[in-house]
Amino acid sequence: MTSSLATVCYIAATILFILSLGGLSSPESSRRGNLYGMIGMAIAVLATIFGPRVTPAALGWIAVALVIGAAIGLYLARTVKMTQMPELVAFMHSLVGLVAMLVGYASFIDPAASAGMSPPEVSIHHVEIYLGVLIGAVTLSGSVIAFGKLSGRISGKPLLLPGRHWLNLIGLLAVIYFGYAFLQAHSIHDGMTPIVVMSVIALLFGIHMVMAIGGADMPVVVSMLNSYSGWAAAATGFMLSNDLLIVTGALVGSSGAILSYIMCRAMNRKFLAVIAGGFGGESAKPKAAGGAAQPAGEVVSVTARETADLLKEAKSVVIVPGYGMAVAQAQHTVYEITKKLREMGKTVRFAIHPVAGRMPGHMNVLLAEAKVPYDIVLEMDEINEDFPDTDVAMVIGANDIVNPSAQEDPSSPIAGMPMLEVWKAHTSVVMKRSMASGYAGVDNPLFYKENNRMLFGDAKKMLDEVLTALNS
Amino acid sequence: MTAQTIGVPKEVFPGEKRVATVPEVIPKLAKLGFAVIVQSGAGDAASLADEAYAAAGATIVPDAASVWSKADIVFKVRAPAAEEVASMREGQILVAFIWPAQNPDLMKSLAARKVTVLAMDSVPRMSRAQKMDALSSMANIAGYRAVIEAAHHFGRFFTGQITAAGKVPPAKVFVIGAGVAGLAAIGAAAALGAIVRANDTRPEVADQIKSLGGEYVPVDYVEEGTGVGGYAKVMSEGFQKAQRDTFAKQAKEVDVIITTALIPGKPAPKLITAEMVRSMKPGSVIVDLAAEQGGNCELTEPGKVVVKHGVTIIGYTDLPSRLATQSSTLYANNLFRLSEDLCKKKDGVYDVNMEDEVIRGATVIRNGEVTWPPPAPKLSAAPPKPAGAAAPVPAAPKAHGHGAGAPMAAGTLTLVFAIGAVLFLLMGAYAPPAFLGHFTVFVLACFVGYMVVWNVTPALHTPLMSVTNAISSIVIIGALVQIGPPAVAGLAGEGARPDEVIRWIAAVGIALTAINMFGGFAVTQRMLSMFRK
Repeated sequence: MTSSLATVCYIAATILFILSLGGLSSPESSRRGNLYGMIGMAIAVLATIFGPRVTPAALGWIAVALVIGAAIGLYLARTVKMTQMPELVAFMHSLVGLVAMLVGYASFIDPAASAGMSPPEVSIHHVEIYLGVLIGAVTLSGSVIAFGKLSGRISGKPLLLPGRHWLNLIGLLAVIYFGYAFLQAHSIHDGMTPIVVMSVIALLFGIHMVMAIGGADMPVVVSMLNSYSGWAAAATGFMLSNDLLIVTGALVGSSGAILSYIMCRAMNRKFLAVIAGGFGGESAKPKAAGGAAQPAGEVVSVTARETADLLKEAKSVVIVPGYGMAVAQAQHTVYEITKKLREMGKTVRFAIHPVAGRMPGHMNVLLAEAKVPYDIVLEMDEINEDFPDTDVAMVIGANDIVNPSAQEDPSSPIAGMPMLEVWKAHTSVVMKRSMASGYAGVDNPLFYKENNRMLFGDAKKMLDEVLTALNS
Repeated sequence: MTAQTIGVPKEVFPGEKRVATVPEVIPKLAKLGFAVIVQSGAGDAASLADEAYAAAGATIVPDAASVWSKADIVFKVRAPAAEEVASMREGQILVAFIWPAQNPDLMKSLAARKVTVLAMDSVPRMSRAQKMDALSSMANIAGYRAVIEAAHHFGRFFTGQITAAGKVPPAKVFVIGAGVAGLAAIGAAAALGAIVRANDTRPEVADQIKSLGGEYVPVDYVEEGTGVGGYAKVMSEGFQKAQRDTFAKQAKEVDVIITTALIPGKPAPKLITAEMVRSMKPGSVIVDLAAEQGGNCELTEPGKVVVKHGVTIIGYTDLPSRLATQSSTLYANNLFRLSEDLCKKKDGVYDVNMEDEVIRGATVIRNGEVTWPPPAPKLSAAPPKPAGAAAPVPAAPKAHGHGAGAPMAAGTLTLVFAIGAVLFLLMGAYAPPAFLGHFTVFVLACFVGYMVVWNVTPALHTPLMSVTNAISSIVIIGALVQIGPPAVAGLAGEGARPDEVIRWIAAVGIALTAINMFGGFAVTQRMLSMFRK
């Protein structure tokens, strides 16, 4: 395969990747979009393997590595539970980061990579290597920590070191200093020390950054790391002078950045404030300051049977799922209840808050897994005005996305965050294990409202009981 | 102080059938401690006989002069005529419709008599005073009666019917102004089976119109029409033009127009032009509830029914009086509620407490001293919107995935562009051409990514992330080109390529990305296949 043919293949792959992302804009075209992505990837890989830059001698190695990787990857994809999607995605981000690092190092110790370059080109090449390794390292360690937090291996509470912003600044200055030293190095041996030191700093920085972010902000972190993995690929592309890598990396990078931005806007928070971290840790503050009003009133708890009666009498029902539904694996029971209610001639719809769950779109995937048709799953903006006409709003394992204090109490830490206005429904039923506050650590006055009922217990168990009562 | 006597004379205004109290209210007034005297025949026109009053506990007196001389408090409907004013004595209290703004001479002569006057038309519009808001109760009756008058003069059914003799289309009624009278008219016309449309300059009444079975016809022009106190205000020229167009269109379509547009203290706005009347179908009816203030229709003749261009135009100014029993009862109740507030001790004595906002508003003359107009009440049925940025709840963000958010502030934007320009200049000055080629591709790709992803529906965010993640395993190309590149001449000895090390690193890289690549696409496929309608 000639160099020109390889380039044409790369262009085709680029177009397919763009079509792939575009295809995901609606459920109808999404499967085709994924197919485009696969074809594009296959074209890109094959064109490279049989292209001018790979000798036939390496084919054996490539085949073995691909088979091993594919086997692991397919096994993971087959066995992962939908509730574990955020962890899987975070884990995969870390792989991209790691590979970007590895490619950077390999490129650095490869004299052939910079052979025949003029001195300024060599400098730029070195800057690219340095940046590629840097971004790769941050992606790697950040994703590993995110994986740990999402899978519960690391506490979701933000870790706030004293003077953390100063630590980050010192890290940044050190990275710049070693970058300078790296560029001044004349041999591979000289340059190895600065780049290794920088890698360690970058890894620590990644850890520190994600450790400082509270559990409620995890959707932002996941999409941000998605963005990073794209930038890492783009940096690798610059390093290797490969346009396909640059384009694809930039596509992924900007898409992740937009998702992060969308998530932040859904929480009415500044992107930088999320990155600076510490949101979930403010639980003690509002109480100490006396700023946030303590909700007053009585909590009325109901049984599963009474909930079923409420549902039987209702004409229109809106179900608001949250992370609690994912934890309890209750989505299938939710679907059974939905099916039952729809058979009884009731309008049942789902209201999804943009940041419900632990990654963007998490709830949609779970409901889709449980066979809930996607046309009754609505976004916040689509359904919020319908709550006053809703008879029963059933909140399953959600808390911070249905908190009226965001609108009613300007001193609340979540003031201004858009909410699913379940309290406007005639009756709301909140399923929860206890009265504990959510990830944001903010008390929820909804529980004390006159038209609210609490159904305490494990979401799965309670919903099973509700279903039994509905069937009887 | 001994208990006061309330006197109710017969109304002297020609054609006025109402009376200021009804038998059923008299025991209630007695409970407050008042004695009530009623002029013989006062309630005749409203089908309320002297005997009924007497049975309820009132004393019947033969003529108006004895009422005026014996009563401490006089209840009336209409403003007093000159001879009635002349028969008032110092310290007497008069409760009636006065319209102080329109009747300055009457105010002067009343003040000269050193009396106290409570004007029912000046009771402030606030929720506490609703029970004594006689304007509303009269407007309600006027609105109902307007529909009845229209039906009376209209040659067809209001409701649509399919009979053996043929199909009858329902009448179309257009109501202008959805105040109390307008809303009553909408309700009454809808109850008769007509198709009702209505317009009002205050957009917040649209829901009220709908709740009564009407259809809101908006004027296609943005201007907030709510003045102080929940009344309408004068609108701008541009709005009036758009409004005329809307009305002209309706006039051609509808069978009945009921106009109720009034602006306090101003002549009624001329909303229906002679041209519009001409465009209406013959046999159509216009009921002009604003006739007394000049009329909303150019061709209205106050107090009369006229037929112009084949259209019957009803300009009655006494619609409540035409439903005398009903309006007398409601008015009497309003007066009783006011008396309750004026006599909190239930000792039969009026206490004109000027600290009380309602009483202060209603009192237009106090012991000969003109106390009208009162300090402006700053109340509106709907609280006026706080101006500018101080909205109570921050505007909800637009549905994402559909167009960009709010544009950046001009200053920020300039700064961003300035920094961008400087960076590009630096790059252009120092970077080698090869790099710039790649950089161009990079920047363009960022924008493409932005454009493409912006439209992704939130439901698909998770699949999107897993597919982009799979796509980012394109870094495999980096590892592929390193694992076994063609030999480069001239690199030997000291600078030789550490082939083995690189090969191993690259192989590991390929394996890891393969996990990502295959796993990512497979899991995306698995997820997407679950989405179904």
